[in-house]
Amino acid sequence: MSPLLKISGLSVTFGENRAVRDVSIEIAAGETVAIVGESGSGKSVTALATVSLLPEGTEISGAASFNGEELIGAPASTLRNIRGNEISFIFQEPMTSLNPLHTIGKQMREAISLHQPMNKADEHNRILELLHKVGIPDAESRLPAYPHELSGGQRQRVMIAMALANRPKLLIADEPTTALDVTIQAQILELLAELQRKEGLAILFITHDLGIVRHIADRTYVMQEGAVVEHGETAALFENPGHAYTRKLMEAVPGGAPAKVPAGAAEIMQVKGLRVWFPVQKGILKRTVGHIKAVNRVDFTLRKGETLGIVGESGSGKTTVALAILRLISSEGEISLLGSRIDTLHGNALRAKRKDFQIVFQDPFGSLSPRMSVEEIVSEGLGIHGHSGDMAALVDATLKEVGLDPRMKARYPHEFSGGQRQRISIARALVLKPKLLILDEPTSALDMTVQLQIIDLLRNLQAKHGLSYVFISHDLRVVQALSHKVLVMKEGDVVEAGSVDDIFNAAQSGYTKDLLKAALR
Amino acid sequence: MTLSPINQRRLHNFCANRRAYYSWWLLVVLFGLSLFSEFIANDRPLMVSYRGEIYAPIFNTYADAEFGGDFQTEAQYLDPDMQCLITTGGLESCFDDPDGVLADAADGVVDGTPINEGWILWPLIPYSFNTVDTQNVNTAPGAPDAFHWLGTDDQARDVGARIIYGFRISILFALVVTIPSALLGIMAGAIQGYFGGITDLLFQRFTEIWGSLPMLYIIIILSAIFTMNFWILTGLLVLFGWNALDGLVRAEFLRARNFEYVRAARALGVRDRTIMRRHVLPNAMVATVTILPFMFIGSIGTLTTLDFLGFGLPGSYPSLGELGLQAKAHVTSPWLAAAAFFSIVSMLSMLVFVFEGVRDAFDPRKVFV
Repeated sequence: MSPLLKISGLSVTFGENRAVRDVSIEIAAGETVAIVGESGSGKSVTALATVSLLPEGTEISGAASFNGEELIGAPASTLRNIRGNEISFIFQEPMTSLNPLHTIGKQMREAISLHQPMNKADEHNRILELLHKVGIPDAESRLPAYPHELSGGQRQRVMIAMALANRPKLLIADEPTTALDVTIQAQILELLAELQRKEGLAILFITHDLGIVRHIADRTYVMQEGAVVEHGETAALFENPGHAYTRKLMEAVPGGAPAKVPAGAAEIMQVKGLRVWFPVQKGILKRTVGHIKAVNRVDFTLRKGETLGIVGESGSGKTTVALAILRLISSEGEISLLGSRIDTLHGNALRAKRKDFQIVFQDPFGSLSPRMSVEEIVSEGLGIHGHSGDMAALVDATLKEVGLDPRMKARYPHEFSGGQRQRISIARALVLKPKLLILDEPTSALDMTVQLQIIDLLRNLQAKHGLSYVFISHDLRVVQALSHKVLVMKEGDVVEAGSVDDIFNAAQSGYTKDLLKAALR
Repeated sequence: MTLSPINQRRLHNFCANRRAYYSWWLLVVLFGLSLFSEFIANDRPLMVSYRGEIYAPIFNTYADAEFGGDFQTEAQYLDPDMQCLITTGGLESCFDDPDGVLADAADGVVDGTPINEGWILWPLIPYSFNTVDTQNVNTAPGAPDAFHWLGTDDQARDVGARIIYGFRISILFALVVTIPSALLGIMAGAIQGYFGGITDLLFQRFTEIWGSLPMLYIIIILSAIFTMNFWILTGLLVLFGWNALDGLVRAEFLRARNFEYVRAARALGVRDRTIMRRHVLPNAMVATVTILPFMFIGSIGTLTTLDFLGFGLPGSYPSLGELGLQAKAHVTSPWLAAAAFFSIVSMLSMLVFVFEGVRDAFDPRKVFV
């Protein structure tokens, strides 16, 4: 059987930079093929290059034929006919892939009428059929909805419905589940697998997550720095990885446990009845008509050298807890640090305390001031808290401690990779010698191998300095690898709390069980 | 002085932009020269030697009588009588036939008697911006000739001299207007954007009302009440100029105040004032630097416009706008229009090139080779 899509010897060059080197991939009809690789490995570029969706000025060489028809260098009209019709796409970020100014119905209609004009009534029925197929409940009433009125999972379903609108033969899915919560992720993957069975669709699945690949792909290509280093049947590949890089990817699963907390360790933080409600106001008089209950009631204590993991899906209020503990948003309830209340402090008294509790944010691109050099970023806190002595030496030592070369300190954040930036964020917090570090999803924007390095770094720092962590994450494996205690949150409520063994081995609540099942597939 | 690496990089980026780089040096040289306009275009000589003694009229005022004249008023060096008196050492016959005597004195002897020879060292253009040339101009405006390379205006004043002084006053005016209005605009925008809420709401309404005041009418009304001068006009333009930047800076601050690095800075315990200055402002700087040239060039434009309409600086100031007004009144004297047009266009283009270069140099993502 001749392959549906045959890419041979594809190379893509952006100016000086060769993003894809001599890549050959084949996909047969009805088959699921995965391309795995870390960020920058050229996996998305490969897919986009086959249908000429790359920006102008990129040089593409090699061949890609779809159903025997050559795509590279084909006239724009041929490509337009194939794109969205025979080959469809789903992208990572469902919020930005849908136009926020048009209703779901209108965007669906556009996807259909572009390639197969039909009368209004047929079109309407087709849209409902598609939405039903992708599992949107009560599809009729969702048509006039705008993208922001749907949840992330629903938006991704709509994207899939649009991609299926013209009965494509090939679906290219570029990290379609990365931005979604684990339970939603599982649902979307199930949906894709089901659609494939029913429609006989071929899927080219681009992802960094080996867990997903193992689950759904028939065959797998592993890419590193623009080249395919290994490919084969998924099962065989996982059984017996040939290339060192593949093995490295497979081993990149967080494991192990943090060092035990010494008995009788001092209490660092105590939180009692923490509550964050945002008032909803109406009318000219700003009457409070209700509250958005971001966090309802959180209690915990944290000892020296101990890590509290806070787990939950998006919207569960876990980041709000972090901001409240940091006193960056107003909250109710008692927060004590080192035995003294900090929820009653204001102004300078609070500012003086701040060196004891620091935060590391999720987004390594947003949490560093783009116009300050690394040295300025790391040393800023020292200046505020009246550090005397050799600041430059302390900055160098801290950078070395987080695994960065102090010679790079004159550079700017955009010159660093994601993992390096996260190290800079950690250095900024660490230089003040805090007692407590709040880590808000510090690893979720990073590649798996880099995640492991950061986890190692955090463990070492904890062992060395006796730091206490509040570790916030949606990724249960990372939480398991770092935490002593775990809080499971859902919609502002603590669903379950306990030691890491209790939660992971003997979960009580149904929600925790669902989370565990979806995450530890 | 050592520059921090980012400023070195910016400097390098700026220099790599050839157009901006050359425009900058050309502007610096021209503006530098124009600061010494008195030595380039002046109706007082740089130096005079009279009866063996050296005088410096450019710095000191000398009476007509000191050079053998009759009056205690200031010497008029452009007057042929005075030129004759100085070169011949004060011969009486200069009052009757200055040109004849001057021609005769070229060999150092007049009517057979040797004279006490003197000389006059003139600036490049022997006219100031307000010198009325009664000697060499028969009908004003006078066309370009050997005495006035760019011609004269309708009051027989040298156009070249007026452009040199006009250039200087335009740039100085723009600097004096732009710097305080930019500072005001940034402060107002920063406060609105960073604190948001009720502060922002009230301030916004105020700027809306303020921004809808018709500037031109207010200036026209005020110019009827006060005699306009440089400082009043500057003050007025600053008062109406700051809100050009206000909205932009406000938007940047609103956007940036919830950034994670701003939150991180607050978690570090940085003061609001410092966060605004150190973390938020540098990111609002590109927007500011993009708008600044328009403010700078806009204030030159406003000055020129007001002068053109006759509501700007009084006639005693050299002004490019007033030159334009004259060009409009005397369409048969095209050198006026040409001089006004080319001087304004080349000045504004060079400024735009320079600012463009500065803006690009501040962009951290732009790569220069």
